Amino acid sequence: MHMADALISPAVGGTLWAVSGGLITFCARKVKQTLRENLVPMMGVLGAFIFASQMINFTIPGTGSSGHIGGGLILAILLGPHAAFLVIASVLTVQAFFFADGGLLALGCNMFNMGFFPAFVAYPLIYRIIARGQPGSLRVGVATIAASVVGLQLGAFGVVLQTLVSGISELPFHTFVLMMLPIHLAIGAVEGLATVAVVSFIARARPEALPTSPLPGTATGIRPILAGLAIAAMVIGGAASWFASTHPDGLEWSIARVTGAESVEAPESGVHQRLAGLQEQTAFLPDYGFKQAEPGIATTIPAGPEPDPWPSINAGTSVSGIVGGVLTLILATLVGMALRTRTTSVVPHNL
Amino acid sequence: MGATDWIEIGRMDDLARLDTPMHRLDARAKIIVTLAFIGVVMSFPPHALSALTPFLFFPLVLIYGARIPMGPIVKKILLAMPFALAVGIFNPFLDRRPVLAIGPVTITGGWMSFTSILVRFLLTAGAALALVACTGMVRLASALGQLGVPRVFVVQLLFLHRYLFVVAQEGRNVLRSVTLRSSGTRSLNLGVYGSLTGNLLLRSMDRATRVYRAMMARGFDGEIRLVHPHQVRWIDGAFIAGWLAFFALGRTWNLAGGLGHWLTGVIP
Repeated sequence: MHMADALISPAVGGTLWAVSGGLITFCARKVKQTLRENLVPMMGVLGAFIFASQMINFTIPGTGSSGHIGGGLILAILLGPHAAFLVIASVLTVQAFFFADGGLLALGCNMFNMGFFPAFVAYPLIYRIIARGQPGSLRVGVATIAASVVGLQLGAFGVVLQTLVSGISELPFHTFVLMMLPIHLAIGAVEGLATVAVVSFIARARPEALPTSPLPGTATGIRPILAGLAIAAMVIGGAASWFASTHPDGLEWSIARVTGAESVEAPESGVHQRLAGLQEQTAFLPDYGFKQAEPGIATTIPAGPEPDPWPSINAGTSVSGIVGGVLTLILATLVGMALRTRTTSVVPHNL
Repeated sequence: MGATDWIEIGRMDDLARLDTPMHRLDARAKIIVTLAFIGVVMSFPPHALSALTPFLFFPLVLIYGARIPMGPIVKKILLAMPFALAVGIFNPFLDRRPVLAIGPVTITGGWMSFTSILVRFLLTAGAALALVACTGMVRLASALGQLGVPRVFVVQLLFLHRYLFVVAQEGRNVLRSVTLRSSGTRSLNLGVYGSLTGNLLLRSMDRATRVYRAMMARGFDGEIRLVHPHQVRWIDGAFIAGWLAFFALGRTWNLAGGLGHWLTGVIP
């Protein structure tokens, strides 16, 4: 469920970065006010534990996707929601840095999907309301599983919305929802059971490690959280509906326009035209650009609903793109290798 | 990701201890440039492909310049790829508009955008990994603190990173004692694994608390003090300015397309 940078647009990534950044600041302030003595090492070691457990992927058949424990609810129960959000955020940051699991600009999305929903929605609104009594009781168990499932469903829905609004993937909304939600229903149930097991184990073996409820700093937090949720929902929902209504068929085109790219042909035009001038003077065959190939393509295109799919793209520029792209790759590799030999000669082999 | 990759975190730290021009750059400069790089790469339209290739220069210069071996980076990128792959693989089926014909082969918009997703992933993931490999967790966290990230979060990042090794070592101890006691013959049932995991958690919690107390006793106050505090040099500014200019150039004009167009024009 880790979003990659490759799938989201800067507008979505930036917005969620701002939201998650604000949440980190808010939670950091709240955690500072908490007087629990061993909170710092507990946050660190539980983070390491969640990190480790997220490595155990159970593959979901038929999707190529993999499921793992999110851990947000476990952390919220053991540490309180504010510390839990910070821990999840730190786990995601280290994963993005060290494993490229989830991108750096997608971090905001990931923190929101996997941290905000379990810690600030599922935990206070489901777990805390239903779960009364000793850990290990049936009621607490049901509350845990319910909260885990809801938290994960919301997170998965967040992934769907963010991907769709970004418009890089072409998956239609209902297909993507049908792909994501049932899978995460199963993962949520597994995670719920794991959470019940861990929490009841700690309650038996080390009851003093569990926070005595109400945890300082947790009882006050509901109102700002709800306000935050409402704002976030408005931002996301508003943005989504706006994009959806302006251009329902080609979401990606409207996004491309909004995010600063005027249109697809814009990046090609500047150098293109200038080089075309140069070309006419230097080239052996001035009109060489595979222009003749165009009617060939046109005959292969069945008359579809979109008459001008790509005004800028013709075989000529595309082949130029391929040639130039391959050359650039070679060039980049050569420059890098030259750099490597240079630095190797400069730096003594002291390691 | 398997359990062995987790230990590879230590390998990233080993790489970060090298001393090359890339390592010596200010961590803040590297963070800023990497974030700008990712932002620019993400801002390309979904079907952009050739225009993205010049951006490979940045991760490659970081990786080669910092003498980082390519193997671990590529391995991590491949391991992290399934999600992008799973979401992107539907594009070729959903967008069947032909956009390019090379002889008899027609390439559709879906394949273009799918390839674009993979290239984006390669670029952004490669840059993030290169950043860590030539900076290291401690300097990275310290730089994040200087860039305004709340100290509580910076400390949490450091503790998480440090305690990963604590959990790994305790895990190794638990496994060793299991192997010794079972003589390698008995297969363990699920219940034993459950209590092992619980014990591992408790042992790690205890050791983490001891480590923390020892740090407090030695005067730890949440401030990260580097042995060699970084002095901002002109080269750091030049690094930022140079790369930002290159990104702007690559975003405004399709450099690779231009090069290819010129070449296919000159050499028929």
